[in-house]
Amino acid sequence: MAITREHDLHKRRSGRNIGLALTLIVFIALVFGLTIAKVSRGAALQAFDHSYRPSLDPDHVRFQQR
Amino acid sequence: MSDIRADMTLAEPGEARFGDFVALLKPRVMSLVIFTALVGLLVAPGQLHPIEALAAIIFIALGAGASGALNMWWDADIDRLMKRTLKRPIPAGKVSPQDAMAIGVALSGISVVMLWLATNALAGFLLAFTIFFYAVIYSMWLKRATPQNIVIGGAAGAFPPMIGWVAVTGSISLEACLMFMLIFMWTPPHFWALALFMKSDYHKARVPMLTVTHGRKATRNHILVYTVALVPFALAAGFTSIGGPIYLALALVLNAVFLQGAWAIWRRDEAQAEADNYATEKRVFKFSLAYLFLHFSAILLEKGLAQVPAYADFAAPLKILELF
Repeated sequence: MAITREHDLHKRRSGRNIGLALTLIVFIALVFGLTIAKVSRGAALQAFDHSYRPSLDPDHVRFQQR
Repeated sequence: MSDIRADMTLAEPGEARFGDFVALLKPRVMSLVIFTALVGLLVAPGQLHPIEALAAIIFIALGAGASGALNMWWDADIDRLMKRTLKRPIPAGKVSPQDAMAIGVALSGISVVMLWLATNALAGFLLAFTIFFYAVIYSMWLKRATPQNIVIGGAAGAFPPMIGWVAVTGSISLEACLMFMLIFMWTPPHFWALALFMKSDYHKARVPMLTVTHGRKATRNHILVYTVALVPFALAAGFTSIGGPIYLALALVLNAVFLQGAWAIWRRDEAQAEADNYATEKRVFKFSLAYLFLHFSAILLEKGLAQVPAYADFAAPLKILELF
């Protein structure tokens, strides 16, 4: 036995709910795709992660280039 | 703002289906917006990432849909009086006016911000201005206030190719302006031809269309004048970076046919038009749809052919306005 009873309202609104769900999925996919497209453009990125890395140190990079 | 509001009560909204909300966004208008914006985006110098281009087109279309929803919200009272608009979601009682307004405002915000983030601030600003122009300047003010409503209001429909162009380049150029002018000058003869054979509708809703305020002879004069004024803009595009020999040849033929149609409308009087059930007016209206579609298709074709070196060399001497 189902723990919830389906009201007639749920049946009538199912098409609307499915349509809205699909719209939201498409929107999320688009924002995700846009993020990937924006981030993957340009040079490789490195972030500081609380430990010293010479490649992130401008003085070290300048020293290397001399 | 005009205080002319038709005095009537709207039907109580029933259970709206998803399709009713889609209808609120005027999908047929959106299809023209998508097409012209896509052409503007594809022919612009430069390149967007395919996902960015897809997002730009979707959000331009969504912005157009949002302004359509706001237009339906504001015009619900007169939509119910016209045969052409009677089955729209609000007068049909499927969507409440409040829901339509909420959807219009929400989608306006989402589309403008997302277009800005996906492309650039100028494109986002132009989309915001287009929505404002259509919803406020045209729908709320001009439509019920002046017979020049569709002349100035037509600017809203003319912005999409410019927004597509700006989404890629970040700036407005002569080519973008000419694509804008092509739609802007095309709108009056297109809609006035429609108004000539849909006369009872606009009259019933007390919308001051030129046919209602200045009479049908004046409308015929205006159609001819605006069609003549459209020709230089359509041909000038042929001498810029978006044009070329094929565009120019096609534009010459299309403009000659459109002029001939406008001339035929101008020469007729009401007795002749009623005798053949506005056959000429209906023919010119249908042709005007093809006119715009074929111009933008030719612009796209020229872009494709420009990749062929032999054709690019052949077309180069024509592009005398390219430097501007």
